[in-house]
Amino acid sequence: MLVSRRSLLRAAAAAPALALPGVLRAQSQTTLRFVPVIDLAFVDPIYATAQVTRNHGFMVYDTLYGINSALEVSPQMLSGHVVSNDQRQWDLTLRDGLFWHDGERVLARDCVASIRRWAARDGFGAELIAATDELSAPDDRTVRFRLKRPFPLLPQALGKAAVHAPFMMPERLASLDPFKPITEVVGSGPFRFVANERAQGVQNVYARFERYQSRQEGKSDWTAGPKIVHYDRVIWTTMPDAGTAAAALQTGEQDWQETAPHDLLPVLNATGDITTRVLDPRGYTCMLRVNHLQPPFDNPAIRRALLGAINQADFMTAVAGSDPAYQFSPIGFFAPGTPMANDVGLDVFRGPRDMAKVRADLKAAGYNGEKVVLLVPTNSAAQKPLGNVAADMLRKAGMNVEFTALDFAVVLQRQQKKDPIGQGGWNAAVGNWQGIDWLNPAANTNLRGEANAAGWYTSERMAALRSQWLAAPTLAEQQRACRDVQALAFQEIPYFPIGQYKQPTAYRKSITGILDGTAVFWNVRPA
Amino acid sequence: MVSYIFRRILATMPVMAIVALFVFSLLYIAPGDPAAVIAGDQASPADVERIRQALGLNRPFLVQFGSWVWRILHGDLGTSIFTNLPVGSLIAQRIEPTLSLMVITLVLTLLIAVPLGVVAAWKAGTWLDRTIMAFAVFGFSLPVFVVGYVLAYVFALHLEWLPVQGYTPLAEGFWPWLVNLILPAVALGCVYIALIARITRAAMLEVLQQDYIRTARAKGLGQNSILFVHALKNAAVPIVTVIGIGIALLIGGAVVTESVFAIPGLGRLTIDAILRRDYPVIQGIVLLFSFLYVLVNLMVDVTYTLVDPRIRY
Repeated sequence: MLVSRRSLLRAAAAAPALALPGVLRAQSQTTLRFVPVIDLAFVDPIYATAQVTRNHGFMVYDTLYGINSALEVSPQMLSGHVVSNDQRQWDLTLRDGLFWHDGERVLARDCVASIRRWAARDGFGAELIAATDELSAPDDRTVRFRLKRPFPLLPQALGKAAVHAPFMMPERLASLDPFKPITEVVGSGPFRFVANERAQGVQNVYARFERYQSRQEGKSDWTAGPKIVHYDRVIWTTMPDAGTAAAALQTGEQDWQETAPHDLLPVLNATGDITTRVLDPRGYTCMLRVNHLQPPFDNPAIRRALLGAINQADFMTAVAGSDPAYQFSPIGFFAPGTPMANDVGLDVFRGPRDMAKVRADLKAAGYNGEKVVLLVPTNSAAQKPLGNVAADMLRKAGMNVEFTALDFAVVLQRQQKKDPIGQGGWNAAVGNWQGIDWLNPAANTNLRGEANAAGWYTSERMAALRSQWLAAPTLAEQQRACRDVQALAFQEIPYFPIGQYKQPTAYRKSITGILDGTAVFWNVRPA
Repeated sequence: MVSYIFRRILATMPVMAIVALFVFSLLYIAPGDPAAVIAGDQASPADVERIRQALGLNRPFLVQFGSWVWRILHGDLGTSIFTNLPVGSLIAQRIEPTLSLMVITLVLTLLIAVPLGVVAAWKAGTWLDRTIMAFAVFGFSLPVFVVGYVLAYVFALHLEWLPVQGYTPLAEGFWPWLVNLILPAVALGCVYIALIARITRAAMLEVLQQDYIRTARAKGLGQNSILFVHALKNAAVPIVTVIGIGIALLIGGAVVTESVFAIPGLGRLTIDAILRRDYPVIQGIVLLFSFLYVLVNLMVDVTYTLVDPRIRY
């Protein structure tokens, strides 16, 4: 059969196009392609509270201490620390050979400025600074805390991985206002941020930092131990649709999707090329936040009466499906499986719900049919189903619910209002947090009892218990303090804990070495 | 003609001024606070207020509006609250994918819809006409994102012929650019094809009844010449009108399509800005789209003169 020249030319022209999808799908040995849960809007992890910015922070910055998946803290940028006999002076010594991405050496005064900037935005950091007489850099490698009182949790504070993590920056950047975003990204972390390849809302690119001095000893575990980088480049591609991202993972156009939707797990697992796994067993802890300033939830007896209505499994099934591997209940006020978690008061969540009793208890507590404005963000994949279940639960408990569907930005704005509902206020709202935000009384901002967050929970007793916890010198005493915190919380109900769900990640089997914890990119390498 | 075009462009200025006032006012009074979004769920009111002050959002309406208008008049669309980047550069980064998608969709639509409409009119009342109109109803009825997902499943996931997501700039090669746009353009074009096909059919049916068409047949002209030279040209005015109106459909549809196929265009930028209440970006994009739409209408009016010599300005 003769092949005409025209048809041959056509075929030749089409061949590259046919090969193109294959080219796009080919796995690279030098570049890792990652889909973060949302877009990296801000590159300043002290200014912004988004988890994606915190993950970006661990790419380009480093911390004085690291934390492993067992929540044990160890020196990271430090070679060690020395604590005075009276526990009121800590000298932290920086490791040798640490450099910023701009080529300057990391100095102690950079760390001093960074700690101050971080503490201005972080509750745990604020506690540390409040306990500090003087924070100084007596020489280039020593960071000195002279404390007003012992602060045994100093390494935990400076090694936390939850938002806001205490990232170290050059002094010239760390001296800037913490309420204004830094736009120049210079850290000492294992990756450099390639600013000229950033396409806002689309793509962020990181390159290996050749001068990074990893720790040599220990085991790589979350943010602790060595941080060995195996890829030259990591490209974060923003994809607003999780289904599209999952499809891109299946076709090989992406290597790793940070959060795999629960309903797509069967599809992803069936491909044979993809691994799904929960990196962080602390998962996400969820709450029904209530407004302590406005009726009916200004009445603690009403809050206590409602405990009997809460079926945490219902809430978690709505978010994560019925697979028990991805949900856990009952939970209290600290993330399950963490050192401060305990069973105090959890019996109230066990057993079948008796709504008739709840209705009677509410009436006895003084509930008279006052309207409950429930704020539900319709554009939040997790909070929308939580809100649906909350509305149903409150109605079954006999409450007069006004389901107020808003987008997330409006919910955040409206939650800040303290006015009565007739003037645009609110009574209840759902929320979900990373489990590591609920590790202890200092990290959990909703437990502070200082009316510092929406809900305006105020409790001198709770603030006193937190101080007690901060001063507790041993783990056993810290845990005892947290049992007291939880007992008090079940009396005063700062918010209602409504369960824990676990969020799997998904990645192609062509990559390996992904560590437990949050998404970190050292140790990850081609399989 | 030139003076007409010049007068029309001048006339856009009061239109743009009204759009500017309207969109600024609407955003000012709309619920949502970018400072609260930035500060996050765990922020105290003091934190939120500090951020608001740092962003200048606590200034009075007239001060903010005046400042914004002054910058616009100097060609400055402002700075994104979230990224601290000039709005102009954000738009410049994202305009190529959206324009590319719209152009490919438009070309695809015209190549498919117009011939379909002509054939449907020519074979009016037959199974072919009914089949084409049934496809048109189908095209109207299916949401863009449903079509998009089905196309991605079949052609990207199952057959592996095309990529499931992304965009390659034209500068990196014509074929890579085109390959990324095929599925999104087909998804976006479905509604547009349905619309244009129906309008073409309706306009052609009317024209095919005319005496000059009967004369053309009597003269012995071939069917193709009658349909595509004589009839279509006379039916073109309503078709061109609907094509122009349909640009608005494309702009709206591009938002959904860009999200489904992860195309980094203006549609996604708009959605992100709205969800975050990034006011300067929203204002800049609305102004841009308003201006583009005014230009499209002008081009439609000019096109009339090309297809119908009786129309003169």
